[in-house]
Amino acid sequence: MTVVVPACLEEAFEAFDKCPDAQLLAGGTDFMVEVNFALRRPPAVVCLRKVEELKGWRLEGGEVVLGAGITYAELMGPQLGDLVPCLAQASRTVGSPQIRNAGTLGGNLGTASPAGDSLPVLAALDAKIIVASKNGRRSLGFDELIVGPKRTTLGPGEVIVEIRVPAALGSQEFLKVGTRNAMVIAVASVALVVDWAGRSVRCALGSVGPVVIRARDAEKFISSRIDWTGRELTGDDDLAEFTALVRSAARPIDDHRSTADYRRHAVGVCAQRALGRILANHGGGAWEQTSWAS
Amino acid sequence: MGADIVGELIDYQLRVNGHEHDVADGWLGESLLYVLRERLGLPGSKNACEQGECGSCSVLMDGRLVCSCMVLAASAVGAEIVTVEGLSPGYNELSDIQAAFLAEGGVQCGFCTPGFVVSVHDLLEHNPDPTELEVREAVSGNLCRCTGYGRILAAVRAAQETRQG
Repeated sequence: MTVVVPACLEEAFEAFDKCPDAQLLAGGTDFMVEVNFALRRPPAVVCLRKVEELKGWRLEGGEVVLGAGITYAELMGPQLGDLVPCLAQASRTVGSPQIRNAGTLGGNLGTASPAGDSLPVLAALDAKIIVASKNGRRSLGFDELIVGPKRTTLGPGEVIVEIRVPAALGSQEFLKVGTRNAMVIAVASVALVVDWAGRSVRCALGSVGPVVIRARDAEKFISSRIDWTGRELTGDDDLAEFTALVRSAARPIDDHRSTADYRRHAVGVCAQRALGRILANHGGGAWEQTSWAS
Repeated sequence: MGADIVGELIDYQLRVNGHEHDVADGWLGESLLYVLRERLGLPGSKNACEQGECGSCSVLMDGRLVCSCMVLAASAVGAEIVTVEGLSPGYNELSDIQAAFLAEGGVQCGFCTPGFVVSVHDLLEHNPDPTELEVREAVSGNLCRCTGYGRILAAVRAAQETRQG
């Protein structure tokens, strides 16, 4: 096993040239578990911790450009918390302070776990993911990068370098269900974005399928039921129908963390509650958050 | 740091508690926790879960609280690492936080204590006057199976009050 700690992307690409089988290492919070338990012994590791181009973030036009090495703790900072609120919310549900100081957004994408906490957010925001290799850069949609559980379309020698999301888009919520508030892998999660200006709703579901699922039918339905001027729902049954459509979009499985039935139930509750919170906090009417339990 | 390609067993240096330490003939897959305990003679960081769940191996790396079991040791070259040993003012002396844990009964079997001490140190450095919720969130990555946490929270409050005078 060989470990390389490049200081810039150029050096990382050179290292890949010498060891094409190298494993990329970002925060280490998934990778080191496998190494510690002797489940994995890759021939080489390219550690991205010091790669300058992957650090920090910037505003570019209406977009927030996040370096792939940005940590969850950094995503929770006050400025990014305003610019991409549901990413900050999702980040705060990741592991513990220790994990949030180490784990990175690029690492979450590269690992591509169906339960990755940032992933529903990036799907709901239609994030663009920029990957690079010595042959150049390409921009991928969320669906084009993650194609199965722990499966991505990253080619050999390709590194996720940037994630681009819209700045301060509409109203956003992220909700996650697990056995505790800390140190928990999601049983179900939802990222919901209500784009008041664009008059659309985006709803992405985590941990209830092999990949993050966009609940397109639920999105279309609820977009057609919102009174966009008054910022409220037009019908009494709208929330129930929205919840039912979210549940029917889910494709959950039974595993050691939950049953499929519970996941389907929980993801509906999360979506309904997320929409309720957005209407209560940013809506026009006197929305009451009482009908949450079903 | 350049792109140093190194062999199966390597020699490297880690900066721990203000001193350069030589690591000789290390396997490159070793975690920082393993190297601290087994190669550098710093057993304060405890090895329990090896998967970032329990926090008993917490250290500061470039001023950030991390689980040392989740850090590939060979990738930590050039980083400033502080372990629980580095937080006490001198050999056989206790930091104020350690003293508060003792005084308040926040220690029973003691296995989780070093991790808690590092986490609480990190909390009070960044937030000298945390609310109880902030304390709970700050130690949410540290597991204790003895105390039920009440006395640990009391110890944090005591350390906080002592620092504020």
